[in-house]
Amino acid sequence: MSSDQPFITDDSQVLTETRDARLTGQDDRFNSRLREAFGSSPFILTKFDKFMNWVRGSSMFMLQFGIACCSIEMMHTYAVKHDLDRFGAGVPRASPRQADVIIIPGTIVSKFAPRMKRVYDQMPEPKFVIGMGSCTISGGPFQEGYNVVKGAEEVIPVDIHIPGCPPRPEALVYGVAKLQERIANGESSPVVVKPYELEQFGDLSRDEIVDQLAKEIDTDDLVMRYNWADSP
Amino acid sequence: MSLEEPLPDTVQEQSADDLEALLGDLVIGREEHINAPGFVIRPDTVQESLRRLRDDAGFDHLSCVTAQEYEDRFESIYHLKKFDDPTQEVSVVVPADKENPVSQSADAVFRTADWHEREAYDLVGIQYEDHPDLRRILLPDTWQGHPLSMDYDQDQPQIVALREHANPLQEDHRSETDSDTMFLNIGPHHPATHGVLHVKATLEGEQIADVESDLGYLHRCEEQLCQNSTYRHQIMPYPDRWDYISAGLLNEWAYARAAEDLNDIEVPEYAQIIRTMGAELCRMAAHFLALGTFALDVYGDFTAIFMYAIRDREEVQNILEDLTGQRLMFNYFRLGGVVWDLPEPRDEFFENIRDYLDELPEHLEEYHDLVTGNEILQLRTIGTGVLPPEVAKSYGATGPVARGSGIDYDLRRDDPYGYYDELDWDVIVEDGCDNYSRLLVRMQEVEQSARIVEQCIDLLEDWPEDERNIQSNVPRTLRPDDDTEIYRAVEGAKGELGIYIRADGTDKPGRFKIRSPCFSNLQTLPEMSNGEYVPDMIAALGSLDIVLGEVDR
Repeated sequence: MSSDQPFITDDSQVLTETRDARLTGQDDRFNSRLREAFGSSPFILTKFDKFMNWVRGSSMFMLQFGIACCSIEMMHTYAVKHDLDRFGAGVPRASPRQADVIIIPGTIVSKFAPRMKRVYDQMPEPKFVIGMGSCTISGGPFQEGYNVVKGAEEVIPVDIHIPGCPPRPEALVYGVAKLQERIANGESSPVVVKPYELEQFGDLSRDEIVDQLAKEIDTDDLVMRYNWADSP
Repeated sequence: MSLEEPLPDTVQEQSADDLEALLGDLVIGREEHINAPGFVIRPDTVQESLRRLRDDAGFDHLSCVTAQEYEDRFESIYHLKKFDDPTQEVSVVVPADKENPVSQSADAVFRTADWHEREAYDLVGIQYEDHPDLRRILLPDTWQGHPLSMDYDQDQPQIVALREHANPLQEDHRSETDSDTMFLNIGPHHPATHGVLHVKATLEGEQIADVESDLGYLHRCEEQLCQNSTYRHQIMPYPDRWDYISAGLLNEWAYARAAEDLNDIEVPEYAQIIRTMGAELCRMAAHFLALGTFALDVYGDFTAIFMYAIRDREEVQNILEDLTGQRLMFNYFRLGGVVWDLPEPRDEFFENIRDYLDELPEHLEEYHDLVTGNEILQLRTIGTGVLPPEVAKSYGATGPVARGSGIDYDLRRDDPYGYYDELDWDVIVEDGCDNYSRLLVRMQEVEQSARIVEQCIDLLEDWPEDERNIQSNVPRTLRPDDDTEIYRAVEGAKGELGIYIRADGTDKPGRFKIRSPCFSNLQTLPEMSNGEYVPDMIAALGSLDIVLGEVDR
C-alpha cells in the first residue's frame, strides 16, 4: 500500500448509513415483527427450561438411518418438494453421536434389533424417537413373520408413531411437527424397561435354549432374548 | 447331441428326451413342471448332472435354487436356463432323506449356488456336502431350527448375540501369519450400504483383500407370509415390499405372471398395455434413485444430483399415484388384469405423462453433464469394479449388472410377456464391464422405458371405449391342482425376478420361493472389489444397485 496513512478501516460511514437506514425505515432487516412486539427492550424474560425446550424443538438433528421401504419416503421428505429442513429438522447426521432424533423407518427383525438398540444408546441425551410406518407400531404387514420384532417399542421408547405403509412425506412432516410441539412443551415418552433388552448372556435365566447355546456364546457377550410366545 | 458352441443367433434347442439321454443313468425319475421338464437325480450326482447340462447342453444360467420339505422327503430344485435363450429351461430335482437331508453342493459348477444353498440350509435345513462355507445367511448364527421346515415352532424363544459389539479399533485385527491386514467394518447402519447391509472388509494396506457381505438385517419372512396367504388377493401386497424403490409394479408382475400361468388365467390386451406402461414408469423411478445414490456414493454430496434424481422421481410418483392411488406400495395388479382403469379425465392423465416425457431428454442431458460427462466420476468409475462376463454368468448376475458386462440378456425381449414384443424398443448392452458401464446402462434404459411408455399411451388413447377390459373373469377362490409346480421370471428393475410356486391343492401356495436378482448380483461384490481400494468397493456396491428388502426378502 503506497499511502502514508497507517492501515485503518474507516467504518464510520458504513455504520452511519446502516443506522440511518434503520432509523428511517428504509432497511427494516433488523426491525422484525418480533422486535416490534418486544418494544425497545433488548431483553426477554423466560424460564431457562422453556427456552431450552424451544431451542431443542426448533433445531433438531436427525440421524441418517435407513432400514426399509419407509426410508425411501423419508429420503423424499428430506429432499426437494417436501424439504423437511423448512421445519428446522432437515439435517441428517451420519453419526448417532451428533444426532438427537432418530426416525425408525422400517421393519425391525431379530438380527437388527440389537444393532438398533446400540445405535440408540450411542445418541446423546436428550434424544427423541419417531416410529415411521406400521412396522414400527406392530410389525405391520410382517407381524406374523417368525423373525419380525412386533414394533419398535419392544426395543426402544418411541415418542411419536406415524401410521401408514409407508406414511406419505406429508405425514412424516406432520409427525415431526407434532414432535417439535411436544418437545417445546417439555414432554417426552417415559423411559421404561422394554421387553427386549441387551444383556449379558451369563445374566439370562437358564433354560433349554440357554443350555443349547452355552457352548457357542461367551457369558459376557451381549445378547437379546426374544420370547416370541409373549409378543403381542 | 453336438458339443460345439451354438451359433449366436440360433440357440440349439433340446427336447426333454434329448436331455434325458444326455443325463443317461443319472436320471432316476421324471417330473413335469409347467415351465420346464424336471429330472430327478440322486443327491450325490448333483455336480455331475449340472456339469453335463451346462457343458453339453448349454444351460449356463443357474437361475434359482429352491429347497422345500415334503411329508416324506426334502427336495432341492435347481432351475437352469440359458443366457442366450431363457425360454429353454430345465429343472433338476434332488430329493434328500427326511431324517438326514444331505445333498451334494453345486458350488463347484455354478458359483451362484454358494449363497442359494446357504439360504436353503438356513431356512429349510438341507445340508450341502462339499459346500465351501455352509453357515446361516439370513438368520442370526445362534438361531434354533429352520423356519420353513415342517416341525418348526415359531413360538420358541430365540437368543441373538451382538457379536460385533466390540470396538474394532480396540484390538488390532491383525492375524498372526500376515501382519499387514486390517479389518474394516462397514454397516449395517452406514449411509453407503444402501440399507442395512453389513460388509466385513479385510484390507491389505489400502486395498481390499477380501470382502464378505453379512445379510439378514431385513429378512422379513416374505416367503413364509406368501405361503400363509391366498392366491387371489392376499399375496399381491407383498411384492411391492420386496424391491421397494418404487419398483412395485415390476414385482407385482412377477407374482402375477407366475400365478396366472399356474391357474391358466388370460389377461386382456388392454390390461397388458396398462401393466406395461406402469411397469416401465416404475423402472424409470427405480433407475433414477440408483443414479442419485450412485452419485452420492461416488461424490459424497447430498446436493444437486441427488436432488435432481428425487425431483424426477417425484414426477414419476405423481403419475403413478394418479394411476394406482399410492406413491410407493401400489397394489395395483390383480390376477387377470389390473384393479381399475386409468384415472378420469383420461386426457389430463395422458397430458401429464406426455409433459413429463417431453421434459425428460432435457433432464437426462443435465444428468449426463453432471454425472457421466464429469471427469472426476469417469476417473472413479471407468476401469473399477470390473466384472467379466463369464464371471457374471457363473454368479447368475442379471439385469443392468449383466448388461453392463456385455451379456445380452433381457427377459422382456427374450422371454416376452405383457405387451413388450409388440412395441419398438432396444435392449441396452455395454461392454465395459465396469462401474461406468452399469451406470450408462441404467441411464439409457430410462430412455428406452420412456419410449415404451410413449407407445403405450398412444395405444391407450386410441383404444375403443367399449373394449376397455381391465380384468378377465377370475374365480373367487383359486385352487390349482395338487403338486403342480412353476417357475416364472420377469425383468425387474434389478434383473431377473423369479417366482417358484408349488401348489398343494389348497388356496394357498405349498411353497413360495422368490428368486431375487439383487441376491445374486450382490454375490459378485468380492469379484469386483478384491484388489481395489475401499472407495472403489463402495462405488462397485453402489453400481450393483441393491435393495436390501429384495436381498433379504
